[in-house]
Amino acid sequence: MALFALKRLGSMILVLFAVSVLTFLIFNVLPSGDPAVRMAGKQPTETQIEAIRVEWGFDQPIYVQYEKTMQNMFSGDMISYFNQLNVVEEIWKGVPRTFALAIGAAIIWMAFAIALGVWSAMRAGGVSDGMLNVFALIGISMPVFWLGALMNQYLGFELTQILGFELFPNGGYVEFSVSPFEWFHHLLLPWFALSVLFIGFYSRVLRANILETMDEDYVRTARAKGLSERRVMLSHVLRNSMISVVTLWGLDFAVVVGGGAILTETVFNLQGVGQYAADAIGQLDQPPIMAVTMFGAFFVVFFNALIDIVYAALDPRIRLQDGDTAL
Amino acid sequence: MSEPLLSVRDLEVSFRTEGGLLQAVDGVSFDLKRGETLSIVGESGCGKSVTAMTLMGLTGGPNARFSGSVKLDGQELLGADDEVMRSIRGDRMSMVFQNPMTSLNPVHRIGNQIVEQIRAHRDVSKKEAMARAVELLDAVGVPDAAQRARSYPHEFSGGMRQRAMIAMALSLEPEILIADEPTTALDVTIQAQILELLKQLNRDFGLTVILITHDLGVVADIADRVAVMYAGRLVETGTLDEIFYDPRHPYSWGLLGSVPRIEGERLARLAQIDGQPPALIDPPPGCRFRERCPHAFGKCGEEPELLSRGETPGHLDRCWLDISERPALRQLPSGLIGLAKPS
Amino acid sequence: MTDALAKLDSPALDEPLMEVQSLNKHFPLPGGSLFGKNKGAVRAVDGVSFALRKGETLGLVGESGCGKSTLARSLLQLLRPSSGSVKFRGVELTELSSKKLRPLRRDMQMIFQDPYTSLNPRKRVGHIIGEPLRIHGLAEGAELERRVREKLDQVGLSGDYYGRYPHEFSGGQRQRIGIARALAPEPSLIVADEPVSALDVSIQGQIVNLMADLQRDLDLTYLFVAHDLGVVRQVSDRIAVMYVGKIVEIGPAESVYTNPIHPYTASLLAAVPIPDPRANEARERNPLEGDVPSPSDPPPGCRFHTRCPFADEICEQEEPPLVDYGNGHFAACHHPLGRTPRGTG
Ligand SMILES: Nc1ncnc2c1ncn2[C@@H]1O[C@H](COP(=O)(O)OP(=O)(O)OP(=O)(O)O)[C@@H](O)[C@H]1O
Ligand SMILES: Nc1ncnc2c1ncn2[C@@H]1O[C@H](COP(=O)(O)OP(=O)(O)OP(=O)(O)O)[C@@H](O)[C@H]1O
Ligand code: SF4
Ligand SMILES: [Mg+2]
Ligand SMILES: [Mg+2]
Repeated sequence: MALFALKRLGSMILVLFAVSVLTFLIFNVLPSGDPAVRMAGKQPTETQIEAIRVEWGFDQPIYVQYEKTMQNMFSGDMISYFNQLNVVEEIWKGVPRTFALAIGAAIIWMAFAIALGVWSAMRAGGVSDGMLNVFALIGISMPVFWLGALMNQYLGFELTQILGFELFPNGGYVEFSVSPFEWFHHLLLPWFALSVLFIGFYSRVLRANILETMDEDYVRTARAKGLSERRVMLSHVLRNSMISVVTLWGLDFAVVVGGGAILTETVFNLQGVGQYAADAIGQLDQPPIMAVTMFGAFFVVFFNALIDIVYAALDPRIRLQDGDTAL
Repeated sequence: MSEPLLSVRDLEVSFRTEGGLLQAVDGVSFDLKRGETLSIVGESGCGKSVTAMTLMGLTGGPNARFSGSVKLDGQELLGADDEVMRSIRGDRMSMVFQNPMTSLNPVHRIGNQIVEQIRAHRDVSKKEAMARAVELLDAVGVPDAAQRARSYPHEFSGGMRQRAMIAMALSLEPEILIADEPTTALDVTIQAQILELLKQLNRDFGLTVILITHDLGVVADIADRVAVMYAGRLVETGTLDEIFYDPRHPYSWGLLGSVPRIEGERLARLAQIDGQPPALIDPPPGCRFRERCPHAFGKCGEEPELLSRGETPGHLDRCWLDISERPALRQLPSGLIGLAKPS
Repeated sequence: MTDALAKLDSPALDEPLMEVQSLNKHFPLPGGSLFGKNKGAVRAVDGVSFALRKGETLGLVGESGCGKSTLARSLLQLLRPSSGSVKFRGVELTELSSKKLRPLRRDMQMIFQDPYTSLNPRKRVGHIIGEPLRIHGLAEGAELERRVREKLDQVGLSGDYYGRYPHEFSGGQRQRIGIARALAPEPSLIVADEPVSALDVSIQGQIVNLMADLQRDLDLTYLFVAHDLGVVRQVSDRIAVMYVGKIVEIGPAESVYTNPIHPYTASLLAAVPIPDPRANEARERNPLEGDVPSPSDPPPGCRFHTRCPFADEICEQEEPPLVDYGNGHFAACHHPLGRTPRGTG
């Protein structure tokens, strides 16, 4: 097991390294404009630009630039070319917001997906199953920016106008420490906006898994044992159907935590890592893009490893493969 | 004579399917005495599993229809409510399935799967239930039972899994064990071990067994009574000796004749039953075996009943042939069908 | 290693059609790391030698996982052997490239166990049976159809079935289609891997009889793999018994069944319940204990010693060679049943 963990760690570092090199290269190859020119302000002289170039090291060979960039990133000295703010600090500011969004949404989408998936599977072929199927498809095909904007406009803005009080706030974020209620209140719409797609998708996957599992011989055995239908569902059908869904969940969560919920964060103006990334991309600002990419990649890689461990815990048959054979 | 433990009368099970109404079990009746081993034989699709699953109340689905009666110790099970059936399943009647590779849940430890069954029926602590599980695993011949109870199914061989299944089925000392092809997926050497175990349980604890199989060797090894099924119906029932040494139905003759043997003279040619069983959706009227039967005659277009046609009252068959002519017919062609009557 | 070659002992039969010498098929175990130690291999077939004579049926039996299917596939080069030699009509197959093998493949066909999955569900029966003829360029057009219909007739299926799909057929009929497909290119060797195991007894009889008739009419040679000892006896002239990758006994069918030499063969036979209650009861059965050992870590010495009632020290240490007991009957055991035990050395 220790060897397994070590191997995993090694490959994680390798992947992160590859991601950083790739992002860096892409950025340098892409025609994004000379950063020195853009930093120099409105009407710079040639010498001013040259001075900036030297000062920021843009005249160095590319591998030196890469090394410098990485050094800055890890020492926390990385500075945005666009607004000269410290990139790492900016990201840290966004982290609690993004985490709050990700954790809440992940719980919501999983809970709804389980409820709807089970409901649907139990009534497979029936009217309610058919209707849920249609809803799921609609949910999956609704773009988040559109849905989010719609929710923001109608529930956040116009509903407030009609009611005369804020049932849902119109975007923004309130620190948990300032007011737990307002924190929750402000996140409600973003959570659901982000969850809709996942609920649709997950509930369908789960439904299919459940139907498949219900045909398994061991479910028949469970019934033959005289277990209650509830127990059969929970301990045998659902337990086994959840394995692949949990894997998906981990990955999607990692993406959202890593700043992947760009649209949701932007639409609701949450100022999280995702929105920061969106801004950086809009400004073609290399340091924050590098940093956010690494930040996201870290979570994806980390959760990937975590999922493997959880997966092995959920499905004992997997364990055999890392060499520490049970027996 | 004492009351039978299980009494099945005119059991019918049909499924609505796209092609029409599929009559999977059609008027099956039999009695099972305490301590007896009944074997149900017949070819694939003849309704053996559906019969067994129906006894357990496990034939579900909105497309299934039932009629007839299944009485356990006088209590009607067919149509009984779910809660009643649930309390009987696994406790008074339990079942072992064909494929031990897939019949245990791969994500739960073997011991826990047994504990789960015990606790579904008895108010005992986890610890007590586990102690019982270990005891059971030990009793069915799983070595190092205490340790192996902590294993997952994939860590067991096929034979060991089937032993675990049997241990589980026996955990609450059921009155009836239904085994649906318990050894079909196993090697002969492992099959011999499992059959030996079942015989021992029957001998030592008076366990009543219904064993479903299509292997006549297994029947000869374990059964007291035999029911031969064909296309959803029983075509012959009798004691082990009656079925093997005085088979009455041409289908039984064919079955007995088509088993290749490992001892005695090697046959120049196996007896073969030509054709295949009729479809169960809209089967032709009359005797179901008619189209494959070498002895069919005019009367076979009418449906024969399951009756005792000879002197032995418990030996029933479903064939129009004159009982006195049958021994002669059975020897045809060339004496291949059935066995010689022992002197 | 003293791998005796079981051949040319019975004068009644012709020269070998296929000769197999020290054949190995090892599957490397997964999970060996880039730098890590080799994790070993599943030695599915481990030093097998025998010969197939023209026109005979050799039955191959043994418990699940002992390597029967792997051996069958290795012979036809569907799996490339790890080492050893397979000679077919004197030609060394293991050294041939796939391209050079192709013309020989026509002459060696295979029938598979599962009549439900071994036929392409989207192709018509005529197409399925005609496929090998097309692949080998043996016939086309009207000639192809004529030959396919002839095969259908040979396996007892109506010519009407030509344009139908496999799912319209029962298990027994599908197996007939599988046989027709194997027969189509007019092979001389047919390797049948559990051809009747998935079928009901009454249907088994039909297929076994059909295969016997075809052999007589077309002068075929069969390697017949099965785990049902009754079926194997019914069809075979000779029997080979495999245990954990090795042939432990090989000889004329009646001799192996009535006077088995290897304790494993005897235990296998004793384990089969016979469909005759009185005779069954009269038999002594002593079922074998335990399970087949893993072929990735076979026991040292005689592989059967962990379950053998006669095992002693020498069995644990020395691997017994395949020894000739006369009349073409060979066995690999230090304590042969009913024969004088050989001195060691
Ligand atoms: N839920 C169902 N819906 C429709 N038909 C069914 C259902 N269950 C079983 N059948 C049909 O009922 C018939 C009897 O099936 P059953 O499983 O009892 O056969 P069996 O005798 O156990 O055969 P085998 O030896 O192959 O196990 C078959 O034709 C089968 O297709
Ligand atoms: N492709 C493969 N990779 C690794 N191991 C394999 C492979 N194919 C077969 N084996 C292993 O080789 C051994 C022999 O398998 P094989 O299928 O030849 O057995 P068999 O005698 O045909 O068994 P059965 O009676 O179950 O068909 C088994 O342990 C099997 O797990
Ligand atoms: S009733 Fe007729 S067809 Fe049926 S088994 Fe008897 S003789 Fe054959
Ligand atoms: Mg069945
Ligand atoms: Mg095989």
